[in-house]
Amino acid sequence: MIKVSHLTKIYQMGALETTALSDVSFTVNKGEFVAIMGPSGSGKSTLMHILGALDLPTSGEYVLDGANVEKLTEDELAEIRNSKIGFIFQAYNLLPRTTAMQNVMLPMMYAGIPKKDRLKTARKFLENVGLGDRLTYTSNQLSGGQQQRVAIARALVLNPSILLADEPTGNIAMTQAQEIMAIFEKLNRDGHTIVMITHEHEIAQHAQRIIHLRDGRIVEDNHNHRQKRAKT
Amino acid sequence: MEYKEILSEAVGTLSVNKLRTGLAVLGIVIGIGSVIALVSLGQASQQMIQSQIESLGSNLLTVQPGAVTQGGVRGAAGGRTSLTLDDAKAIVSSSEITTVKNVSPEVERRTQITTGGNNTNTEIIGVTAAYTEVHKVTIASGNFITQRDVESMTKVAVLGPSVVSDLFGEGANPIGQTVRISGKTFDIVGVTTSKGGTGFMNQDDRIYVPLTTAQKQLFGMNYLSSIALEAVSPEVMTDAQNQVGYFLLARHNLSDPTKADFMIISQQDILNTASTATEIFTALLSGIAAISLLVGGIGIMNIMLVTVTERTREIGLRKALGAKKRVIIMQFLTESIILTFTGGVIGIILGIISSYLIAKSLNFSFVISLSSILLAFVVSAGIGIIFGWYPARKASNLQPIEALRYE
Repeated sequence: MIKVSHLTKIYQMGALETTALSDVSFTVNKGEFVAIMGPSGSGKSTLMHILGALDLPTSGEYVLDGANVEKLTEDELAEIRNSKIGFIFQAYNLLPRTTAMQNVMLPMMYAGIPKKDRLKTARKFLENVGLGDRLTYTSNQLSGGQQQRVAIARALVLNPSILLADEPTGNIAMTQAQEIMAIFEKLNRDGHTIVMITHEHEIAQHAQRIIHLRDGRIVEDNHNHRQKRAKT
Repeated sequence: MEYKEILSEAVGTLSVNKLRTGLAVLGIVIGIGSVIALVSLGQASQQMIQSQIESLGSNLLTVQPGAVTQGGVRGAAGGRTSLTLDDAKAIVSSSEITTVKNVSPEVERRTQITTGGNNTNTEIIGVTAAYTEVHKVTIASGNFITQRDVESMTKVAVLGPSVVSDLFGEGANPIGQTVRISGKTFDIVGVTTSKGGTGFMNQDDRIYVPLTTAQKQLFGMNYLSSIALEAVSPEVMTDAQNQVGYFLLARHNLSDPTKADFMIISQQDILNTASTATEIFTALLSGIAAISLLVGGIGIMNIMLVTVTERTREIGLRKALGAKKRVIIMQFLTESIILTFTGGVIGIILGIISSYLIAKSLNFSFVISLSSILLAFVVSAGIGIIFGWYPARKASNLQPIEALRYE
């Protein structure tokens, strides 16, 4: 499903070189729920952006569904981001002053799905995350947890191979975070592959497997024996 | 993605961000509107100046008597008594002179005139019916001096508007009343339309009387102050000058042109001055247009640069969700085109309305030229589209995460 080998990312800022990732290799299989942990500056966000095809590695190989992502053209990358990857940001990144429906319909528009189908699908996915009564609310009229649920619906709407979440509960109150984790667990049970970044131990406990990063290297990669279930 | 989709996405984004859209449109409206209004104002004043100069009579030649030379001392030009009404009549009937359309023999003198309790000092001009043609004088009310008035030496007068306001007050109708000139009573039969003062010659401060009446009853002379000639066209001015010159030399039995007892002044000199003035005005206009285009263009450039650069994060997000570069650029280009065309149309309308209002309030003629509208629109729309497209292209070249992180 996901296979990264010897992934390295070096940022060049003027004369200063910063190594964000060095020689990272791991595999994520279909249906897994993986949490990536690490202190800030450990390179976990950089790794996530490369996995999400939002950024390219300096060297190394990234294979997603059998395709070498680092060798794709820009348009092919756009298609990968559109159809194979569902990305959930810490800051939600919804379009401002735009309704929940329109936000969820956006990836479908870029996929060339007819408008009628887009409306139907967007409504279904928003209902699935419990926002059936907030369809025409604009982003600024929704709470943080609700905005993140719109973002989850948007990430899922094209049925991606993998769901990537970058600190999905980072900006959200604890009770709402529990709701988000419940959604992730349900998605995982339904067969979705999920990779999630977090620095909160409690949130990481919901995953089956936890990878620890430090200074751009994997220091630990363990099966989580005490996998927690969200209170629903 | 179909273009229809991109269009509806562009319209959607514009209508969601009303303040931003409004500001961008306003920038373009002001840019285009001010250019149109300024150029129109400049053209109106140019036209005003031109028509003022033309109101003197543009194909005008003036024959004046030469200076009196007595014992080697040359007096002032026009001092001689060498021009007569017969000269004027001969010019009219001559078959050699083909380039002159109208001939206006004239006598003039400043005199005190009175009516009731008022009096003023003004220019009395003895004229024939041809005067109106040659000097482009029009009548506001009543009639001008007719051929019959000249033949029967009637005591009628046509007043300039300044004289009317001096004697009877502003806007009064003096027709039917009388005016006393050199102790003789004249019936007022007409008032000329205002031509405005040009230079130190106020063409409105005049009284016209029949030529014969002026010669015999007012001034007691049988010669002319001048003969004004209207050439057929501006191109034959020199020919007309030569034809009339040789004709009068022959008529006055003079063989040496240097001893001529008259001189011919051409309107060409005035025309030359006029065309210099027009050239200066054209240069001034181009300067005004260029500066307002520059100012408007910079305004449009700024607002487009700011609004599109501000949306770098949005571009990053759209890319993260799977938008291809081409689609993003198309969307921003479409938005810029909608903005500049909406702003352009409003700007053109406002520009025309404001130049109309300015022209009205300053009593200028209302002139609007298609070329200034086109120039303003093309330059402003071009700038709007380029600076809507360029930052969008730059942002869409970034990796999505770089654009998303843009501050």
